[in-house]
Amino acid sequence: MSRRDRVLSTSFAEALSVGLLVLVLVCAVARPFGWPEAVVAVPAAAVVVGTGAISLDHAAEEVARLGPVIGFLAAVLVLAQLCDDEGLFHACGAWMARTSAGRPGRLLVQVFAAASVITAVLSLDATVVLLTPVVFATAARLGARPKPHVYACTHLSNTASLLLPVSNLTNLLALAASGLSFTRFAALMALPWVVAIAVEYAVFRRFFAADLDAGATAAATGEEPEMPLFALLTVAGTLAGFVLTSVIGIDPAWAALAGALVLGVRALARRRTTPRAVLRSVSVPFLAFVLALGVVVRAVVDNGLADALGDLVPSGHGLAALLGIAALAAVLANVINNLPATLVLLPLTAPAGPGAVLAVLLGVNIGPNLTYAGSLATLLWRRIVHAHDSAVGLKEFTLLGLLTVPASLLLAVLALWGSLHAIGV
Amino acid sequence: MAVVVWITEGTWPACVDAARTGVPQGAEIVLLYVAGTEVPGAAHGAFAGLLGRGHPGPRHPAAGWGSDPGDRMEELASATGENLLRAAAERLTRPCTVRVAHGRVEREVVAAAEGAELLVLARDGSRAHPGPHSLGPAARYVVDHARCPVLLVWPDPLPDH
Repeated sequence: MSRRDRVLSTSFAEALSVGLLVLVLVCAVARPFGWPEAVVAVPAAAVVVGTGAISLDHAAEEVARLGPVIGFLAAVLVLAQLCDDEGLFHACGAWMARTSAGRPGRLLVQVFAAASVITAVLSLDATVVLLTPVVFATAARLGARPKPHVYACTHLSNTASLLLPVSNLTNLLALAASGLSFTRFAALMALPWVVAIAVEYAVFRRFFAADLDAGATAAATGEEPEMPLFALLTVAGTLAGFVLTSVIGIDPAWAALAGALVLGVRALARRRTTPRAVLRSVSVPFLAFVLALGVVVRAVVDNGLADALGDLVPSGHGLAALLGIAALAAVLANVINNLPATLVLLPLTAPAGPGAVLAVLLGVNIGPNLTYAGSLATLLWRRIVHAHDSAVGLKEFTLLGLLTVPASLLLAVLALWGSLHAIGV
Repeated sequence: MAVVVWITEGTWPACVDAARTGVPQGAEIVLLYVAGTEVPGAAHGAFAGLLGRGHPGPRHPAAGWGSDPGDRMEELASATGENLLRAAAERLTRPCTVRVAHGRVEREVVAAAEGAELLVLARDGSRAHPGPHSLGPAARYVVDHARCPVLLVWPDPLPDH
């Protein structure tokens, strides 16, 4: 092949992989005909491999890297779903209703506590899918306005997902890239987690002062639901398992699997769930989507994105570099969603060390609160309008994002910088 | 005389009391609750942000992962509205009609008040500690844009001085 041919084919591969990535993301957000995201992503991955835009070796390497990460997340998703089946989230709602004593301000504190812990331990998916409707129902039961509490859930599902590697798929990807242990990751992220949540709380309290002051009309009922003790103990055991596996040097995914198995076998034996329901909570199309997306993004990175973005990514691990990386990650997460943003930025920042990788996480996890869902905001907005035939007001949500995101990002990066100095990598 | 009473969580009893005592007998009273799109919309958005977790069929009932929590919240919002309106109608103890509207809260209220002779609504803030916002964004919009006379009531009884 002459040099000229090679240049042409390289630019073709570059255009092809970027085009396919855009197509995959647009379809993932717009979901034409209600297709699962994998319907477009898997063929796109096949095309980049088939046309040689990415070598078979690189594709296999990417799948081998992502496989265990996705398995880890799948186990946590199953664990969260089984906890829901056991009534954990219902009990959580009743606890919030009772302890808030019908006062919306206090309910907001409970929602912050519950959403932060659930997001950290059972992943942001659990907060978005399982906790948010419970919080809405709890506010309704108390006769309080639901908006501050529901918005708190959606914000915290992002912000509070900084603490543990299992809290967010982005963290699991970063854990694999950073070489940190589970416990060191958690130790380094603890302070940024607390700081980011505190900023959110301060802003929410003021932003929603009128709604919170409006009070609640229904008195809290004395209903005492049964605490699903077995589920709670399993979750606690799984957390202890994360620490233990990390100390003895085996993959913490095994602890997640063990937790899911304990609850799963019990639920199956008691006929509270079916094998099909368990499989559905694993969500096979989701696993296929992430693998395929990983391959397409790798093709984009291989075909020149690394060079193009390489100059944009600040180097080093001083405070200024960390701030720059986090800001870049936040912007990218808002343009193309946090999952692809993480896949793109990890290979570029991993060589600079764990500090840079964690700064990426601050950006991709806190950043999405800036726009409606941190993903192709306009397209998403159109999707919602189209699906629900109603005008969606973005102004208030975006204003809240503008008030929280820059402040919590800045302070969280400062906290991370402090943690890196105090604890070391 | 047509009167619209805007029922919102937390502050509605004051509006109902004002309508019961202040509106002439024989007036047509409409109790209105608006199930806003913003709150379920935020949940739709957060769910859409979890790329890849969605299942085929955008609007099937809640059944674990893959079902949009925003859908469930839309149903819950309608049920909440019906409950509030039932309680409000009981407290009013006068003939009235009730209505749950869906959409942008402030715009729906303004639209519903079109042609009415009075709109009754409550301030949001608490009288207990006067702060800068006794009107939230929605109430402020309604007061600004309603084309009929507006009766704006305090949600709490006046404190003794």
